[in-house]
Amino acid sequence: MLHGIPTSFYFALSGALFTIGAIGVITRRNAIIVFMCIELMLNGVNLTFIAAGNMLNSIDGMIFVFFIMTVAAAEAAIGLAIFVLLFRLKGTVNVDEINLLKG
Amino acid sequence: MSDIGFINPLFQWAVFLAAAVLSLFASIMMVTRRNPIHSALWLIVAFFSLAVIYLTLNAQFIAVAQVIVYAGAIMMLIIFVIMLIHLESAFVRRRKLSGAKVIGAFITVILFLEVAAAVLSNGCKTAKAATGAVLTGSVAEVGNSLYGKYLFPFEIASILLLIGIVGAVVLARRGKD
Repeated sequence: MLHGIPTSFYFALSGALFTIGAIGVITRRNAIIVFMCIELMLNGVNLTFIAAGNMLNSIDGMIFVFFIMTVAAAEAAIGLAIFVLLFRLKGTVNVDEINLLKG
Repeated sequence: MSDIGFINPLFQWAVFLAAAVLSLFASIMMVTRRNPIHSALWLIVAFFSLAVIYLTLNAQFIAVAQVIVYAGAIMMLIIFVIMLIHLESAFVRRRKLSGAKVIGAFITVILFLEVAAAVLSNGCKTAKAATGAVLTGSVAEVGNSLYGKYLFPFEIASILLLIGIVGAVVLARRGKD
């Protein structure tokens, strides 16, 4: 009677997580919270890869997620170093006040 | 095919629904909290519940890597930087809701509705799992694939991590000299 969870439920959940992250990126002005929202969006995409790999009975989805995690770790190291530098330079990490490239 | 670790589908549904609701609630709390430390702690809750969801999808290795890499390493870095950059002035100021933000959030919700319409149409429901040996996503299977078929991308990823380490050190040292 009650079967396993359909894959579309996982896709809907990952879409909802991606949307919440995107709304955070658009509406929040603190650069660190924007960064965390980008991590949440990456996790939504990861969930899509895992769910599709499970549906297709393939391990490639997990390999993709592994590489996404690698890139996210490198991105976190570089991005947070950039935030520390920005704070030293401007005294704030508010993305509205960081307009060094504006000319 | 996904009843490997779960004898009862009812139990599987209960775990999935609990983890999904918790992850959605935690991510909404993460976006709406004013204090960045509270946001970071709610994001850790979201990462843990996503690890549980990965377990219901037979991805044990990815679930463990999620806890170690995301909830452990990356969130530790983020909390470290939040404590390094003291942000008292940032969240005393009242956040004003400008028109651009409302329009942007509205467009993002439209994006979600498009994705949901694509997912919930009958394209994905009819896709059936391939018959044959069921993958469990254990460390052995992922390792066999990673060190066999995907060896070259794996080495590229290690070079990327090395560049990340060097770049972080170079960026952090620049203010000193």
